[in-house]
Amino acid sequence: MTKLQVRVWRGGADGSFQPFEVPRQASQSVLDAVTYIQRVLDPTLAYRFACRVGMCGSCAMTVNGVARWTCRTHVDKVARDGRLEIAPLRSLPVVRDLVTDMREFFDKWSRAKGVFRGARSRRDAFARVAPRSAQRLSVEAGIECIGCAVCYASCDVVAQNPAYLGPAALNRAWTLLNDVRDVTQAERLRAVAGDAGCHACHSQMGCTERCPKGIAPTASIAGLKRAAAKALLAGAL
Amino acid sequence: MSARHETLLWVAQRASAALLALCVVVHLATMIYAIQGGLTAAEILGRTRGNPGWLAFYSLFVAAIAVHAPIGLRPVLGEWLRWRGMSREVFLVALALALAVLGMRAVLGMFG
Amino acid sequence: MRGHAGYWAFLVHRISGVLLVLFLPGHFAALGSALEGEAAFDSFLAWTERPLVKLAEWGIVLLLSAHLAGGLRVLALEFLPWRDWQKTLAALAAGVSLAVSLAFALALTR
Repeated sequence: MTKLQVRVWRGGADGSFQPFEVPRQASQSVLDAVTYIQRVLDPTLAYRFACRVGMCGSCAMTVNGVARWTCRTHVDKVARDGRLEIAPLRSLPVVRDLVTDMREFFDKWSRAKGVFRGARSRRDAFARVAPRSAQRLSVEAGIECIGCAVCYASCDVVAQNPAYLGPAALNRAWTLLNDVRDVTQAERLRAVAGDAGCHACHSQMGCTERCPKGIAPTASIAGLKRAAAKALLAGAL
Repeated sequence: MSARHETLLWVAQRASAALLALCVVVHLATMIYAIQGGLTAAEILGRTRGNPGWLAFYSLFVAAIAVHAPIGLRPVLGEWLRWRGMSREVFLVALALALAVLGMRAVLGMFG
Repeated sequence: MRGHAGYWAFLVHRISGVLLVLFLPGHFAALGSALEGEAAFDSFLAWTERPLVKLAEWGIVLLLSAHLAGGLRVLALEFLPWRDWQKTLAALAAGVSLAVSLAFALALTR
């Protein structure tokens, strides 16, 4: 049976790679390989996963230098000469091994006003939103985010500007900005404009290149830039 | 504060960029046309001097550059040289003025 | 996150922009020398006949056209309806700037 040479990050920020040999299998995912290591070779390996089917967003890691959702990344696709190097996501503090501290990532969602606030109560009628309206389609384009932080780890601006809200939080803000029921748009725009927000983006599109769900956060961020400009010119920023 | 300031800079940057896109296309085309067969001062200045159309065009071009270049340099100074804060803004305003003055001097030399 | 089209487009745009800012004061000063009379301007033009200066001129035109094309890419990305053509845009930007600088090179050597 052929073996896969897998180097896995162990320890905290000052840790190092540890080599393992994992049996190669058909249709093997990167997460399968990590799970094999933890179950068979070294039960002390720390890593995160839940759904295994690309819905929960918890298993993202750096695979051969590229941030990926490991549950839906085939070994076939990414192994080079039967070798894998698996590390925690970039730009997030390492807790241990492959586990990062995601607090800052999600705190930025709330800093970007990523929470819906409506004005209707349960006694009001449903809001009517035309499914093909431009705003609804903008929501559609960004709403399937699973919060895996692959975009965040792939962003060079995040890497050098720790205050930058990042592609996921800004994409979330953009979907809410296009939600006609939300009543906190002015605050949201003020929160996402500026040098820690959409104006820090250089349209390098690392996020868009890597998003496993095929979302284009660069497009959402461009939308925020236009919306901020419109608000400024209307005296509402 | 940052939100309004950065948004204003973004608007100025994109507006000047759109203007510059037009100016640069004209500038490149003119150069490619004019440079053939070499250049002499008499030939160039004979074509350019006292031409109000070109004077207006290149004045606009210089103004757009004076806006565009400092705003573009701003994040470069911040990210690559870690230069932020008030001193950077003062430097960039000085750069804008220097580009405007030097540029207008050149425009007057060529088209005045 | 390096090595994809958007990254290279960004890097070329930034570096060409910085170099153009460095070039502009010299460019303005040289053209401003026309204020001091035709003789001063002619002596500057004679200097530009040197092969190395001509090469540098060609480089500056390449920088300018690259910055122009990269800037059009950013404007399209931010203001036009989003489609999956960003990579095409980056390639288009590279092509346009090469074509312009080639045209300039031809004109320069005629």
